[in-house]
Amino acid sequence: MAGQITQSQFAANLKKYYTFYTGGFITFVIIVGILEQLGVPVKILGYIFLFATIALYAGIGFMSKTSEVGEYYVAGRRVPALFNGMATGADWMSAASFIGMAGTLYLSGYDGLAFVLGWTGGYCLVAILLAPYLRKFGQFTIPDFLGARFGGHLPRFIGVVAAIVCSFTYVIAQIYGVGIITSRFTGLEFQVGVFVGLAGILVCSFLGGMKAVTWTQVAQYIILIVAYMIPVVWLSVKHTGIPIPQISAYTSALPKVTALEAEFNDKATPKGAKEEEVRAIFRARAAEGDRKLKGLESGPAFLTQEKEKLVAKVAELKAAATPDAKAIEAAEKAVKDFPADAAAAKKAWTAEKGAGARAAPVKRHAEAFGVGGKTPEEVEKNRSIAKKNFLVLIACLMIGTAALPHILMRYYTTPSVHEARVSVFWGLFFIFLLYFTAPALAILAKYEVYSNLVGSSFSALPAWVSNWSTVDKTLMNIADINKDGIVQLAEVVIGGDLIVLATPEIAGLPYVISGLVAAGGLAAALSTADGLLLTIANAMSHDLYYKMIDPNASTVRRIAVSKGLLLVVALTAAYVTSLKPGDILFLVGAAFSLAASGFFPALVCGVFWKGANYLGAVLGMSLGLGVCAYYMYMTYPFFGVNAPKWWDINPISAGTFGIPAGFLGIIIGSLISPAPSKEIQDLVDHVRYPNLEGDIDTKGV
Amino acid sequence: MQLTEKHKQYWNINLKISTVLLVLWFVATFVMGWFARELNEINFIGPLGFYMSAQGSLIIYVAIIWYYAHYMNNLDKEYGVHEGELD
Repeated sequence: MAGQITQSQFAANLKKYYTFYTGGFITFVIIVGILEQLGVPVKILGYIFLFATIALYAGIGFMSKTSEVGEYYVAGRRVPALFNGMATGADWMSAASFIGMAGTLYLSGYDGLAFVLGWTGGYCLVAILLAPYLRKFGQFTIPDFLGARFGGHLPRFIGVVAAIVCSFTYVIAQIYGVGIITSRFTGLEFQVGVFVGLAGILVCSFLGGMKAVTWTQVAQYIILIVAYMIPVVWLSVKHTGIPIPQISAYTSALPKVTALEAEFNDKATPKGAKEEEVRAIFRARAAEGDRKLKGLESGPAFLTQEKEKLVAKVAELKAAATPDAKAIEAAEKAVKDFPADAAAAKKAWTAEKGAGARAAPVKRHAEAFGVGGKTPEEVEKNRSIAKKNFLVLIACLMIGTAALPHILMRYYTTPSVHEARVSVFWGLFFIFLLYFTAPALAILAKYEVYSNLVGSSFSALPAWVSNWSTVDKTLMNIADINKDGIVQLAEVVIGGDLIVLATPEIAGLPYVISGLVAAGGLAAALSTADGLLLTIANAMSHDLYYKMIDPNASTVRRIAVSKGLLLVVALTAAYVTSLKPGDILFLVGAAFSLAASGFFPALVCGVFWKGANYLGAVLGMSLGLGVCAYYMYMTYPFFGVNAPKWWDINPISAGTFGIPAGFLGIIIGSLISPAPSKEIQDLVDHVRYPNLEGDIDTKGV
Repeated sequence: MQLTEKHKQYWNINLKISTVLLVLWFVATFVMGWFARELNEINFIGPLGFYMSAQGSLIIYVAIIWYYAHYMNNLDKEYGVHEGELD
């Protein structure tokens, strides 16, 4: 796409290409829609979407193939602000944003907004504290800046380690998303889906590095935003008659949802009484589970006694004057399903006890920090803990945003400092389009469930409910608990990911739109994975290999090493992902806390405090990372230590301690050792002013 | 590379505008969040506390970044530290 043309011509050409591309994509969707009407099976349509989009990304990657260092690492530094903004949007919005966000908001109401705020507000920090200065510095990676600003290999090395740790944690979450989407929409196995998606990622970044990734991300942004908006707008029209969900959700749907919540929680109303009936059953089950668990502790005899009771019940039912066939069948099933040993019993009965959670009253969507408690004092205490965690999570996510290397790297690719500033604006604007729609979607979906699903008959469930409950029980689980044939809210369990995936069906749109949503989710996951893999490979090839091991390496060799590493990292990541480790949301949160603690203090002090020096950076970065990792290890249940929390802060917000530790380290270290040299102080002035006479040059290309 | 008084002035103005905008950012995020329950008593396109966190604060963020880019571009030109026209 390059050539010897001016920057403004280049930008004009790009606009032309991408307008043409968008038109082409819409035509493609329409054609698939027509195929659907002609009766082509849904599964084939899923494959068409999957392979057509991956082929498209591969095509862009192939067209942008390059072996020039500047093109490979920073897309030739000629990406206009608008397009860099779109690429940032796609780079930023991952599978978690696209598929998970609206569901999290559906499930946790106000408290889920910590993610919406944290993942947008962080760009204020990027814009004001980092992007323009990093652009002026303008080398290839974030560790480059640390190495030049603080001198010596150690700050660069810690930067490399931090970049790899947080990007790798994050990339696993993305590849996981790719696997889930491809397997759900094409019926391929999860593991196969992971590797198919990976092929799409690799072709692109492997051939053209940052250049290919940038132009693919722009294309991916367009697909993902179109895919997100169409169903939500449609749903809004269906429910409220207004095509702007971001308004109609608050003015029209939210008041109705609030009124229904009050009704469900009030036993005096007919709906409330029915809900209470179901909740009472769950409470009874929980109590029974609790009784049996306690009995189990008394000794192994308890298990046989319980089983005998069930057997006796079957005999009793059979001996009755008029045997009830259904009751006998149920009792026999209970005998058959009775846990075989103490371990199985403990597991089954713990789950039974857990049913108590479903007896809780409906959470009010708009209520902030709505937590329960036995006494007013306890409620007050729990509420202040919830509020504290809400605020520190926002802080960690925001500061993490301003420290994730794959995002900061994007600001190296703009043509000027001014364009870097404007491109942060476009970036947040494009992210904002999706993020201010997600809360509206959550409300509209809730309205649908509360007003249409609840109260409907089990013999005539809405089509989307019966479809999804047969496809995946973790997404949609519905059962007639109180046997009245009518759906109560307490009888429905919804998995967060359902909200975005099922919206097209809820809105009554044809399958082609569901395929589009899947393509959008895939675009979101692939684009983020692309950016992350490139960050990791560059940190290793550029910072570790070229800058620290072999500074005389030829450019051909440097790029060859980078491509080789990319392949190795991608395969490793895919392998780790196929083992399905841990909780995705925690992995994502951990990446943010680690990045915030490791990078943010050093980067910000590097620009704004001339006195910050080598020892300070080394101390600050290692202390920040160390404290953050230590707190996660001690408190996150996965590691099995389960030490008491500090001030009730959740492990996902470990940055709460890591970030101050990082700042403390850099301040103390810098004060106890000599100030940086004249050259380094000049470098700080260099990054602070977009243009100076007699300026030094740090671009290094 | 010698910095003039004018250069130092430019940097101070930059620090000032950055601080002001970051205070605004802080209020839109943490003060709003802290008082979310109280704000929810007020009705403005739904409960205000909820509306702000779901949409209002996001609009403020976008505006902050737009204003900063716009302001700094003018400041660069005023103090003669702007970049030349590109190719």
